[in-house]
Amino acid sequence: MTKLSPPPQLMPKLRVEERGRYFKEVALGYTEEQARAEAVRCLHCKVPRCVEGCPVNIDIPAFIEFIREGKFDEAIKKIKEKNSLPAICGRVCPQETQCMGKCILGVKGTPINIGALERFAANWEQRKGINKPQIAPSTGKKVAVVGSGPAGLTTAAELAKLGHDVTIFEALHLPGGVLMYGIPEFRMPKDIVMDEVRYVESLGVKFKTDVIIGKTITLDDLFKMGFEAVFLGTGAGLPSFLGVPGENLCSIYSANEFLIRVNLMKAYMFPEYDTPIKIGNKAAVIGGGNVAMDAARSALRLGNEVTVIYRRTEEEMPARREEVENAKEEGINFLFLATPVRFLGDERGWVKKVECIRMKLGELDETGRRRPVPIEGSEFQVDADIVIVAIGQKPNPLAVRNKGEVKVTKHGTIVVNSETYETSLKGVFAAGDIVTGDATVISAMGAAKKAARSIHEFLMGNK
Amino acid sequence: MPDGFKMLEKEHIAPGIKRVVISAPLIANKAKVGQFVILRIDEYGERFPLTLFRWDSEKGTITLIFQEVGVSTKKLGMLQVGDCIKDVLGPLGNPSEIKRYGNVAVIGGGVGTALMYPQVSALRKAGNRVISILGARTAELLLLEGELAELSDELYVSTDDGSKGYKGFTSDVLKNLLNKGERFDYVFAVGPILMMRTIAEVTHPYGIKTVVSLNPIMIDGTGMCGGCRVTVGGETKFACVDGPEFDAHKVDFRELMNRLRIYIEEEKDALCVLEENFQRFKRDD
Repeated sequence: MTKLSPPPQLMPKLRVEERGRYFKEVALGYTEEQARAEAVRCLHCKVPRCVEGCPVNIDIPAFIEFIREGKFDEAIKKIKEKNSLPAICGRVCPQETQCMGKCILGVKGTPINIGALERFAANWEQRKGINKPQIAPSTGKKVAVVGSGPAGLTTAAELAKLGHDVTIFEALHLPGGVLMYGIPEFRMPKDIVMDEVRYVESLGVKFKTDVIIGKTITLDDLFKMGFEAVFLGTGAGLPSFLGVPGENLCSIYSANEFLIRVNLMKAYMFPEYDTPIKIGNKAAVIGGGNVAMDAARSALRLGNEVTVIYRRTEEEMPARREEVENAKEEGINFLFLATPVRFLGDERGWVKKVECIRMKLGELDETGRRRPVPIEGSEFQVDADIVIVAIGQKPNPLAVRNKGEVKVTKHGTIVVNSETYETSLKGVFAAGDIVTGDATVISAMGAAKKAARSIHEFLMGNK
Repeated sequence: MPDGFKMLEKEHIAPGIKRVVISAPLIANKAKVGQFVILRIDEYGERFPLTLFRWDSEKGTITLIFQEVGVSTKKLGMLQVGDCIKDVLGPLGNPSEIKRYGNVAVIGGGVGTALMYPQVSALRKAGNRVISILGARTAELLLLEGELAELSDELYVSTDDGSKGYKGFTSDVLKNLLNKGERFDYVFAVGPILMMRTIAEVTHPYGIKTVVSLNPIMIDGTGMCGGCRVTVGGETKFACVDGPEFDAHKVDFRELMNRLRIYIEEEKDALCVLEENFQRFKRDD
């Protein structure tokens, strides 16, 4: 290459000392100048690999070009052709393994920061007021969407745009699912989630919170109420535990409980908010995924000294690199190649120590990573008065537990037709974590979009 | 959900104990004996469970009885007829196993006695002979004595201080009945953890099937937080989706008691704040 390419624009972040005990968003987003400077770097490949890497196939070079030209409203319109929730995806998508992972510039240098550009376009629109897209004439068909997380919001938005009458049922008191209860404020501000929810609402989607399908209303009831199709996007919210002795000692939390207290119930503002959370001296977080990073960084902000205990090495951590870097910057300790074998408490039942065993990496397992193997006799103890178990979530049990009809696997995920996303029950569709087990926001959205298309076909053929 | 969970009736039934009727048609329509709801009083509120006392699907109402002990129950008690509760989710948990057992004892202590009512009523309807044992610290805290007397085949009352009925605990009354040769096919107990544990100890040697209704700390009530986990027969169960009723002979009561105390300190702080903010809620009742 003869032409010297312009330098990549780094995402501005809150300085570590400014993060402290606050839950303010860490990534600050590009300025207009930065966004345009980053956009200039795009090579406009004939066959854009970034688009292939995007689970919802956004026309990435096209929106980047609009940003370069300063036509931000065109840029966001381009994104929204494929993705209804860009302010969310721009923040929490693992771009490094998707669009940016495929960017040709990444081969020798730094890929275009597509996530930051998407986020910029979304923020720009949210600041100036969101444009409502064109909505097809009413079809008169009623669709029920169960769950208001990434999958539910996406399906609802897509179906509303196609002219259907969509109602979302949410068990919790606020919509947003994992975006609201799981991902912390410093990574996914709740105002932004609510803006996206309001956008979906502006498309004509109705939200009914405090309704749990399977309990308050059953699937049968929904059909009796005139809904012609049902979409289940109930997610993976049932926390897994290690199953080792002492795990029910006081102040051992599932990551879900810890994060629900902090994010959904705003326990970090206790006692202004009524929900309390235990604050200790030393917190141990078990696990190496994004949820573990979220829990660790939340615990740190509450005033704990935090150690993450992970059974493999840093290289195998499923968390996004960026999140691991943020965690390290903030002063979180990592203990690799170790796993708890039991928890020890005091006479009143409070956790005091985690007994771990050292691990070594063995043969490759089914995930293509080297399997951790315990080293016999290597037990050691770590002090901890708060423990957060973040080793994964299983599918939510309630929507299907009381219904024999929807076929589920032995893991509790719903069985669907891989083309149509229809479950074993006619007119009932499902996508997202409830089908795949816990995965990413964008994979749920990608599948939800396809499910919405299939629901549309089902409804229109169902005259 | 749609029209707001309006408080339609409110009554002081004993010192610190209130009964409220709330408009919740969807819940009333599906409720079964033994189930509970999760409430959140206002925007700042925590989510907390209360077992359903009564429900009326025609009127679309549910009735709850609660003791004002913490911030949330105090806030609930401060609401006036006509006010709305921000959120009520339910009915949650598995319904009680109501069937014809034969000779049955239903035992309640403290505010738990309120929950005896739907049990006794359903068990009677299922063709059981029901002996109710009702206990409280002192006479004025005895709830629903008249109603239970009417519903039950026999009613025994105990108070810790002897101000009414037998002086002692409900477990003593049960023990005496067993000693006198009374035989039970099923025992249901609801109330303070210590009471339920003692009842379990009394019935264990007789091999009587004994079920207790647990009320651990919960947030979502749908299986998501795991805060309500209890050890039952050596296995971890979630009271919200696996319970709230469990085999009393298998429950680890000691662990349950420890876990119920997790936020005692914070609860005190929160109560202080509530007192300070009392103006915000202050409307005399």
